Amino acid sequence: MTAPLLELRAVSMRFARPLDTAARIARALGANVGEAAVHALDGVSLAVAQGEVVGLVGESGCGKSTLARIAVGLHAPSAGERLWKGRPTASLRGDAALRARLAAQMIFQDPLASLNPRMRVAELVGEAPVVHGLVQRAGRRGYVAELLERVGLDASVARRYPHQLSGGQRARVGIARALAVRPELLVCDEAVAALDVSVQAQVLNLFAALRRDLGLAYLFISHDLGVVRYLADRVAVMYLGRIVESAPAEALFAAPRHPYTRALLAEMPRLEVRRKRFAAVRGEIPSPLAPPPGCHFHPRCPHAMPRCRMQRPELAEVAPGRFAACFLDVTAEPQ
Amino acid sequence: MTVATLRVENLRTHFFTRHGVVKAVDGVSFEVRAGRILGLVGESGSGKSVTGFSILGLVDPPGRIVDGRILLEGRDLRALDAEGLRALRGDRVAMVFQDPMMTLNPVLTIGTQLAETVRAHRRVSRAAARDEARAALARVGIASPDARLAAYPHQFSGGMRQRVAIAIALINRPALVIADEPTTALDVTIQGQILAEMQSLVRASGAALVWITHDLAVVAGLADEVAVMYAGRIVERGPVDAVLDRPLHPYTRGLVDSVPSRRARGEPLRQIPGMAPSPAALPAGCAFRSRCDRASAACLAEPGATLTRDGREVRCFHPLEAP
Repeated sequence: MTAPLLELRAVSMRFARPLDTAARIARALGANVGEAAVHALDGVSLAVAQGEVVGLVGESGCGKSTLARIAVGLHAPSAGERLWKGRPTASLRGDAALRARLAAQMIFQDPLASLNPRMRVAELVGEAPVVHGLVQRAGRRGYVAELLERVGLDASVARRYPHQLSGGQRARVGIARALAVRPELLVCDEAVAALDVSVQAQVLNLFAALRRDLGLAYLFISHDLGVVRYLADRVAVMYLGRIVESAPAEALFAAPRHPYTRALLAEMPRLEVRRKRFAAVRGEIPSPLAPPPGCHFHPRCPHAMPRCRMQRPELAEVAPGRFAACFLDVTAEPQ
Repeated sequence: MTVATLRVENLRTHFFTRHGVVKAVDGVSFEVRAGRILGLVGESGSGKSVTGFSILGLVDPPGRIVDGRILLEGRDLRALDAEGLRALRGDRVAMVFQDPMMTLNPVLTIGTQLAETVRAHRRVSRAAARDEARAALARVGIASPDARLAAYPHQFSGGMRQRVAIAIALINRPALVIADEPTTALDVTIQGQILAEMQSLVRASGAALVWITHDLAVVAGLADEVAVMYAGRIVERGPVDAVLDRPLHPYTRGLVDSVPSRRARGEPLRQIPGMAPSPAALPAGCAFRSRCDRASAACLAEPGATLTRDGREVRCFHPLEAP
């Protein structure tokens, strides 16, 4: 079996705010002052195979954007390993490191914030491939035109600045820029969240076409379950820094196993469901500064047992290809 | 027959800018009855929020309501002066906005803001206002409301803030609530909680609710009726099942088909070609015609509203079914 394109092994990410002077003095005098640390990711393992679309869903603060940044190599994890085609990227040097970095590209949520307002589209899209020697400076124009055509933009857009474009056009420019360095993996962090439905459909179709034509793999992060169900082969569900369930998309949406996934799917508004009785999940997402002990979901879980308050359930294979981190799945079949 | 709680007739709100007249709302009519929920759906720039603002008299210059009538329980709001409108807002009509941080005062406690809303409209003692404030917080599902009255907005999470904004909107038992994308910034499980509460509060108080959103799926789950806006006009309006299951207007059809959950995986989404015209430069006739595959020469004229047998209204020369 070949190694997956990207693999994250037990990756953790901790952001700590260093103590200010007053706190340091207090500590020197014996006060019990600790650093405020956020465990954005807590032992997350995830793999994306060649040409595969992995969907990652979760609510705000669950760590999905941090995971995206680690997946493209923008952050180095505090613990755990990132492997590219089976090789730890931390050990790659020189040309191999550069190639691995270029092969994973990110599409951001807000294209206006991620496109330099003083650069024309031609420079935005054409700069990186020239710097990295993928095309000659002389060939840049043609290369940019080709990329713009691929993402469904008219070649005349090359002369425009980002503020002269519509939201949908900017999203396409962001995609063209990522494609310019010939990546094998696109990490999309809420890439369609800001778009209107009709434009969102156009961009989703574009993602599907790029996958078909270029064999791209995706890590597609979204809070919109409908979008993820439509695109992904496999879906991982995150809650407060941990993956609580991962399964093939169809199986997950047909029969979710983790209580959190079930709650999420039950609350998802659907076009087909009319005059629904919204029956809310209790409680709020706890702060990642002070996550509850044991299973992070237990304060909101209708099935919580004493054990859930003490012990962390590990992500375990509960059926072929299906993983869940819940004690219910170990002790008994959920109803 | 009873009077509708809100009746909007031929509302036109235009913005007079240096670059010309922007017809943000251009001939919108609808009504909502007590205890009913109307979903007002549209994409960015369709005029759905300006419609909501117009009803409450919240349109600032260069914008102006140039025509139409807004009848709240039979009374024309456009005939009222600023003072009259002020007395009505927060009492008979209330609005919930997308970002509660913009509506809550950051330097006043939640209790003060709730009690202020009561005392601005009714002569009650401070103690009685505080009791009402406590009850209002409890109604929107905030735990230990007594302690929370002393808290400031920044001490709440986004979902809790929105609950507080809803509690303020509902505290004087308004006849009409206008909610402008109140759950758009919230997570799915929190959105579910807010929708559940809005639903039961409207049922309990008999208020009419206009829910402005771009999210068709939320409207499907919440509303009794839906009105679809495009380029400043309502292109289709009717009971939620009829409109979403058998749309008559090609734009409604396009919107429904764009929703990813309707499609099997891998099957291409049907998309509406092109993009919405700028409201500053609307084409003559039907504003959707340049994106519509049914458009003909007839569409160069502006389509009027056609009433159908099942109580719908559509503005199209070539509806998808014979009305």
